[in-house]
Amino acid sequence: MTATPSGSSGIRSSWRVIDIVIASVIGVAAGLIFLAWNGIYSPVSAPLEAALPGLQSLVYGVWLLAAVLGGIIIRKPGAAIYVEVVAASVSALLGAQWGILTLEAGLVQGIGAELVFLLFLYKNWKPYVAVLAGAGAGLAMAINDLIFWYAAASPTFGVIYTISAVVSGALIAGLGSWLLARAVARTGALDRFASGREITAKA
Amino acid sequence: MSAVLTPVRGSQAVYRLNPVAKLAASAIISVALVLSIDWVSASVALAAEAILFLWAGLGVKRFFLRTLVVWIAAPLSAVTILLYGRPSGATYVQFFLVEISDGSIELAAATMLRVLAIALPAVVLFATVDPTDLADGLAQVAKLPSRFVLGALAGLRLVGLFMDDWRYLELARRARGVADTGRLRRFAGQAFALLVLSIRRGSTLATAMEARGFGAHTERTWARPSRLTAGDAVLIVLACAVAASAVTISVVTGHWNFIGAQ
Amino acid sequence: MAPPVAASLPVAIDIRGWGWRHAGRSTWAIRDLDLTIHPGERVLLLGPSGAGKSTILRALAGVLGGDDDGDSTGEIRVGGVAPNAARGCAGLVLQDPDAGVILARVGDDVAFGCENIGVPRDEIWHRVTSALDAVGLAVPLAAPTSALSGGQKQRLALAGVLAMQPGLLLLDEPTANLDPGGVVEVRDAVSAVLESTGATFIVIEHRVDVWKDLVDRVIVLAPDGGILADGSPEEILVTHAAALSESGVWVPGFAPERHSRTARTDNATLLAAHELAVERVRGTIVQSGISVDVRAGRTLCVTGPNGVGKSTLGLTLAGLIAPAGGRLTATELSRGIDPRPIRWTSRELLTRIGTVFQSPEHQFLAGTVRDELSIGPNALGLSDLERTARVDELLTRLRLDHLAMANPFTLSGGEMRRLSVATALATRPRVLVLDEPTFGQDARTWRELVSLLGELTTDGSAIVAMTHDSDFVATLADSELRLAASSESIGPTVVAR
Repeated sequence: MTATPSGSSGIRSSWRVIDIVIASVIGVAAGLIFLAWNGIYSPVSAPLEAALPGLQSLVYGVWLLAAVLGGIIIRKPGAAIYVEVVAASVSALLGAQWGILTLEAGLVQGIGAELVFLLFLYKNWKPYVAVLAGAGAGLAMAINDLIFWYAAASPTFGVIYTISAVVSGALIAGLGSWLLARAVARTGALDRFASGREITAKA
Repeated sequence: MSAVLTPVRGSQAVYRLNPVAKLAASAIISVALVLSIDWVSASVALAAEAILFLWAGLGVKRFFLRTLVVWIAAPLSAVTILLYGRPSGATYVQFFLVEISDGSIELAAATMLRVLAIALPAVVLFATVDPTDLADGLAQVAKLPSRFVLGALAGLRLVGLFMDDWRYLELARRARGVADTGRLRRFAGQAFALLVLSIRRGSTLATAMEARGFGAHTERTWARPSRLTAGDAVLIVLACAVAASAVTISVVTGHWNFIGAQ
Repeated sequence: MAPPVAASLPVAIDIRGWGWRHAGRSTWAIRDLDLTIHPGERVLLLGPSGAGKSTILRALAGVLGGDDDGDSTGEIRVGGVAPNAARGCAGLVLQDPDAGVILARVGDDVAFGCENIGVPRDEIWHRVTSALDAVGLAVPLAAPTSALSGGQKQRLALAGVLAMQPGLLLLDEPTANLDPGGVVEVRDAVSAVLESTGATFIVIEHRVDVWKDLVDRVIVLAPDGGILADGSPEEILVTHAAALSESGVWVPGFAPERHSRTARTDNATLLAAHELAVERVRGTIVQSGISVDVRAGRTLCVTGPNGVGKSTLGLTLAGLIAPAGGRLTATELSRGIDPRPIRWTSRELLTRIGTVFQSPEHQFLAGTVRDELSIGPNALGLSDLERTARVDELLTRLRLDHLAMANPFTLSGGEMRRLSVATALATRPRVLVLDEPTFGQDARTWRELVSLLGELTTDGSAIVAMTHDSDFVATLADSELRLAASSESIGPTVVAR
């Protein structure tokens, strides 16, 4: 199927059906990971917070995985936002702790990653772009959290939180997604995607 | 996992409500309550919701079963705030960076009530929502692009069914001799296998969907109409009422605490 | 009984010089294909794997993709138009029953195709009920699709396709993943559909006897891409029987001979089940009162209808699931440790009982075939030299050497099956439990597997196979345990041979 206008917004017109389905699958799988992480992150982040208030966001990169992973596998405009929103929806529907705010956070974080991919015109998919996208998502997450959850915290807290979030995003979401995508591509499961074919061609 | 996705079925009015209306109602309450960390708005909302739950269509046992996660999560969030919340008033315990004070106790109570007030109605409303009906609603009522909504629905169903394969993945690892040690590593390996298997089957599913005409640019029709009815209007009005009364009473009694800015 | 769905006219297929190359590959999947199929004609498409049969079907259905997905040459026309423009004109049913089910309720799934092509709402449900009647699927519209059997799922897919009123019906190995009962159900449903609609029909299948009475033309593709033969079923199956059989087709009349083995005198009992009861889910016993011995050098086949508990029994015998009642002891195997297999550690299980699962993909752990085979020996703590020797031997014996560095998921169905058997053999267990080993396999892999299992029993291993393949049982079984559904009065019966 060559690129046909879908009738809705033009920017989505290059998405194939398989792009949508696989993006959804990745989103749902990531949502389940978020759910599991929601349950167990406290004992990991609490000591960090105790050591240096603001440092706890060093492990929050897990919640940014969906955005970068979706972006680098699907490689279409809007992929990062879509996958992160689907993941957030799944974790909100099944976990329901913060309801609509989980969705809002997902949207903001997805935008953070999406802007980086847009900056590179959706053409550059080297590992460092994934790392930067993760950092972008981390920055978006930090801004979102500081507004909604930590409005009254001290500026020092804010700075430490932001830096840790950016680092976490870059490493866990950025580099982590890139490694995960590569591992999945090696199984041949992504052969209908340019991202998958690049990896299997090298092998 | 497929058990969690299966909605409760019944004949009460709540089952005929449009899922989009339920989404909107939940969103209204969440937004109103999340704007402030104080125990007054949260408890007013919670009280009002408790009354409305009687019409929720869930039995007592099922209610607590489905909302179990929330009952666990709420106190946990409260404890974090208790220990690390912004201190004010008399301090009771202090070591390293932990400081339990009047302020943090109040914030902790507020947080717990807030989680309950936001999450309980969300779970209750969604326990009665069927994913297919939700997709129909999002595409027909909320006018989201149908390709994405239906693609997401298919993907959600696929992964849900694969979760039932989790047991086979575990048994396979026992049979291969690697199930004795390394629990976390095994979990990660199984999760990875699940992801790969889901993507593989997802690719075939995408072909099957395309073969049935999905994704082509013909105007789509809907076999199951999704419309907003009077009942949905009532739900939205109730949600607004709960939200408004919670906010008003909190502001009037002086407890309103805009995102903890106090 | 709803009135039959009005059929759209059967379409003609016109392929001239057509070729397709998947994106990222250097070789063409298919090249210079010239083919004409007349309206209403019924065709069986045969050929070795890799010849491009599935590619042709997908092209006809218009789902191969565009420039993103590959390059094409030549022309392909369905009913005079390009397949992309004729969505809904061709109906495609795929091999995997689970991947063809799209929505959670039966009625919704069948209605999906109609919604996509823009059929007005009132007519949709009319078509849905007619289509379900036509394929003989008598389940309520609100029934959950996940509860259907394999044969029912394929008929559901067929109904979903039929509701779109296609002029062309395309089936890609529709019965490969089904039990014998399901195969018959699907064939009968297709036959009924063709009777009423007269649509043009192309089916790919290596089980020829299922379809040969239904089709009037057989086309055989050559390995290099051209057409090897094209004619009526009788003449093709006779003239090209040898070539077809070699490429994995089940040619009627080529019956497999019973594997002759030298009788062993030492038939020690390795596993003894006494009044064993097994459960899938805690509390629901599926089979009980099973007393059977698994002996060295002999093959035990467990048979019975779908869902009766063969897999559950197999996994219990393999020491993976705890018995719900009765006793399972392995005295001969368990010198020095607990005689009950469920108590063994994972590592102790390795050298005693090996398990081959129904779906090989559930078992893969590593990134290359070689690493996959090394996992068992590694867990046993063998020396590097010993491990390499064993892995090399298995690679050669199961013809996997050229795939040693490939990722297990990239293997074909038959290769995956051989790999899953090889991984179980790497630790030389004395008992091998196989769950549906010949499921979905073509004739060639079948013969290899049967011969391999025969060799194993000659060497003294015990084989337990859960299967509904009667040829397998006839060829290999020394004894057979027939399970019956709990509603029937007869319990499990052991048939000696």
